[in-house]
Amino acid sequence: MAEVDIRLTLNGEERSASVEPRLLLSDFIRHHMRLTGTHVGCEHGVCGACTVIVDGEPQRSCLMFAVQADGASVETIEGVAPNGELGPVQQAFHEAHGMQCGFCTPGFVMSLTALLRNSPDADDDELLDSLSGNLCRCTGYVNIIEAARLARERMNGAA
Amino acid sequence: MKPAPFAYHAPDQLDEVLALLGDQDHEVRLLAGGQSLVPMMNFRLAAPEVLVDLRRVESLRQLRHSGDGTLAIGAGVRQSALLREPVVTDGWPLLSEGARHIGHPQVRSRGTVCGSLAHHDPTAELPALAVALDARMVLASASGTRERSADEFFVSYYTVALEPGEMLLEVRFPRCPAAAGWSFKEVARRRGDFALVGVAALVEAGDDGTVSRARLVFCGVAERPFRALDAEQAVVSGASFEEAGRLVSEAVRPMGSIHASAEYRRECAGELAARALSEAWERATGG
Repeated sequence: MAEVDIRLTLNGEERSASVEPRLLLSDFIRHHMRLTGTHVGCEHGVCGACTVIVDGEPQRSCLMFAVQADGASVETIEGVAPNGELGPVQQAFHEAHGMQCGFCTPGFVMSLTALLRNSPDADDDELLDSLSGNLCRCTGYVNIIEAARLARERMNGAA
Repeated sequence: MKPAPFAYHAPDQLDEVLALLGDQDHEVRLLAGGQSLVPMMNFRLAAPEVLVDLRRVESLRQLRHSGDGTLAIGAGVRQSALLREPVVTDGWPLLSEGARHIGHPQVRSRGTVCGSLAHHDPTAELPALAVALDARMVLASASGTRERSADEFFVSYYTVALEPGEMLLEVRFPRCPAAAGWSFKEVARRRGDFALVGVAALVEAGDDGTVSRARLVFCGVAERPFRALDAEQAVVSGASFEEAGRLVSEAVRPMGSIHASAEYRRECAGELAARALSEAWERATGG
């Protein structure tokens, strides 16, 4: 099938590419843009590992075609720590030990980053609603929730 | 897995969309939020030859509240709008409450209202809400538009009254009766999972302090949204909400699956009906 030209903002940088329409955004990010921090778990929208932020909203990059991101602003886990320093949600996960094997972590961080940017005063119900969209197969949820609360405390204070 | 190849179009005018959709020689599918279609394509349960993306058609992204009180939701409006837009949260609280149960925030931020209605998963919340709220469906093709009631629109599992070349252009919700109490209840194995059973309830109180009107519509118990007419009538005739729940349990014929047996679903449907009626009644009477 004919390739389609796309242009998007990826972690603040203008990028353009020519892609097959069936290329998933997750594969575009990992294989074409070589940003392998976005993980791919189930590839059908259940696990949340591939969550990225598209135009300010958390979305599954495995349920989007790269062509749909034409003109959009996409942020991946690499974008929340641009200078090698951990972003506030990452720092909270580090301190609260909100990870075990770490495979699901980029997805959790992107989901929570989007939520806390959009609503820094999110209540526990909203935090859990957001976390419910990501699976941790190590089942380390207690510390993940701790990390989410810690991140909220800091991002709320900073707002 | 990866989707099979397809040709991709993203026109910015609706008539271009309808012209592409009218192509009888290829399997054409519309792409709105893609939260049901793309998983099916990843599994290759769906392999359309042509995808027509609606994202550039600005007119479809409108959520309009018109003078006669109707709420019109275009084919490009995302489910998250139902939780975010004050016109919905104030005027159609049942719709907002039901939408809270759709998937996860990461899905609602992309999935569309009309996409879920046209996909018609029998466990989905929106088809039941559309029937409960007497929604009107606006169907469009290259040869014109027509309207159907929500009740006529949902046919069976993943099947709706769309003809080849036709799309769900807009769903219209008539003004929600101001005096009506409402409730949405759902049982799912995990938060955000597909519902085992869900129910939308509306109740109005008459001047004599009894129930003058009741509406109970379920998802997850049949091949399409199930309206519990017997239970509705019983409640209006003075039956208790528990009694209505028992009638619901007797009336529904859900299928069992690995997630829950048919018997469990029947019991859930009855219990949810009683609870939803009770909550709706409290809201209707300010109690």
